[in-house]
Amino acid sequence: MSRSRYTQRHCCQYQWSTLELLPETRAFQGSIFQKHHGFSTSASDGASAGADEEKGTIPVTFVSKDGEEIPIQVPIGMSMLEAAHENDIELEGACEGSLACSTCHVIVMDMEYYNKLEDPADEENDMLDLAFGLTETSRLGCQIVASPELDGIRLAIPAATRNFSVDGYVPKPH
Amino acid sequence: MAIFGARRVLWRSFSTISSHPLRVCIVGSGPAGFYTAEKILKTHQGSQVDIIDRLPTPYGLVRSGVAPDHPETKNVINQFSRVAQNGRCSFLGNVALGYSISLVELRELYHVVVLAYGAESDRVVGIPGEDLKGVHSAREFVWWYNGHPYGRNLDPDLKNTDTAVILGQGNVALDVARILLRPTSELAITDIASHALTALEQSSIRKVYLVGRRGPVQAACTAKELREVLGIKDLYIHIKETDLKITPADEEEMKNSRIHRRIYELLSKAATAGPSQPSSGQRELHFVFFRQPDRFLESYDKKGYVSGMHLEKTTLKGIGSGKQIAIGVVPNVKGRILSDNSGDPTSIENGLYVCGWLKRGPTGIIATNLYCAEETVASLSEDLELGVLASTTRLPKLGRDGLLQILDNRNVRVVPFSAWERIDKEEKRLGSLRNKPREKLTSWEELLKVAGSE
Repeated sequence: MSRSRYTQRHCCQYQWSTLELLPETRAFQGSIFQKHHGFSTSASDGASAGADEEKGTIPVTFVSKDGEEIPIQVPIGMSMLEAAHENDIELEGACEGSLACSTCHVIVMDMEYYNKLEDPADEENDMLDLAFGLTETSRLGCQIVASPELDGIRLAIPAATRNFSVDGYVPKPH
Repeated sequence: MAIFGARRVLWRSFSTISSHPLRVCIVGSGPAGFYTAEKILKTHQGSQVDIIDRLPTPYGLVRSGVAPDHPETKNVINQFSRVAQNGRCSFLGNVALGYSISLVELRELYHVVVLAYGAESDRVVGIPGEDLKGVHSAREFVWWYNGHPYGRNLDPDLKNTDTAVILGQGNVALDVARILLRPTSELAITDIASHALTALEQSSIRKVYLVGRRGPVQAACTAKELREVLGIKDLYIHIKETDLKITPADEEEMKNSRIHRRIYELLSKAATAGPSQPSSGQRELHFVFFRQPDRFLESYDKKGYVSGMHLEKTTLKGIGSGKQIAIGVVPNVKGRILSDNSGDPTSIENGLYVCGWLKRGPTGIIATNLYCAEETVASLSEDLELGVLASTTRLPKLGRDGLLQILDNRNVRVVPFSAWERIDKEEKRLGSLRNKPREKLTSWEELLKVAGSE
């Protein structure tokens, strides 16, 4: 079921999430991204992993919306969004890691790990503004990149909140 | 949590135990439609989902609403196309509810029908001069630059004046401002419709006013978009410093809302950052707060055309919720459509659901539909489990085959997903000739011709 959703993941995605997005390159990003899509869909999935086995992995635990704990191994350098998808974990990624949505919103469960992360850039904060169920230790999954010091980090996937509106607006039925 | 897990298992087994596969028709192929389809396919194994759209092209506002210079926002299309390519899902374009097929017929053919066709009608402002030429709704203007087949003939006059006024300060207002003010060399490499690019290259618009009824603390835009428009190359920004004065009510609002706090900070920084006067020939963006339109003024020389407008000052009173009244919303309870407006929960229309703007009004972002679809599908799943839909689900339904038969009898040229892929490929090919990601086909004839070709 969810497996079929992700069999065509774009192989170079996690490399792109670490690419620094300068404002003036944003306009070109779409065309660059699409060229990469063409590349990755023609390459076989076998060529996709890309992660260096020599570099090693860190253990990461995802906690699903239902409270289910899912421990996985994440290669150093891979984003948490990519790692979730590689492991069929239900984390949305509508904009595919390009800082244009908030659907990969995760909650870092331990303050100690949250503080190890670099402060979010303006672009990430802009997207976090729109995240549902935002908390003090919220981050975007596509912006958390596995590194040795994040060994054992626990990330919760927030449950949807009842009020869907960005600004708290509740529509009146007509 | 354990109980929830058990219920989920129950829903899945219900669909497989039932001898008749659940057949669902979703009307509308935008984010609401696709997120709903994805959720149903995942939650109900063996279900068959058909998505119909009146356009030959799928994806709704992702294709026709998201601005051309926001390509990353459109990446979600990749996820939606994977849903369409699922063996249990079919996209059927060029099929219009109420024209090609009726709702009654759909409810006969399918166990469940989900309406997800958006909220299109323009809001009438209700002031004199609203019908003068040159006064446009954002819907038609955005359709125009995004190459929607209904928008290609708009022909807005960008050559006879240097000033444009935009009423509203939300993200769509900023989109329009940006398209009018951005250097066209930057727009030329996006998927903007070529008729719009040509018009903008010849445009004499140099000053854009963004007019809001309330203050900077209440501005409806979000940080990314505001930052982007403030960062346009060589653009003079004007914000009246007196408009930035905050009341205790504003303080309270900013304390409770991270978004509003950051927007206010961006606006106040922009007010004081730049030079106090524009340099000669420089493009200008003016934020006007606490003003609302009173009437549009007709031109003396060109009868029937707008030449100006009259604004009146507003004052804000109190903090209330529900600042807008949603129009064009179908009465519903958590996605279950009601027969009438009374809100009476016993007047539920069995097997008829709603998702997206048609359910919530024209609000939110693309991701909002993700949660909206979850709620609607949860209602559907609950109804299936509790046997509420038993009267229909115990019978087989013709579903896709039945629909295609009727459409064929009526000579409707259905555009299946594979035909959209032909359109997609051709648009990308044409785009590559001009250094654009795609060159949109904007006429119905062209679209159907390419869809139908081998």
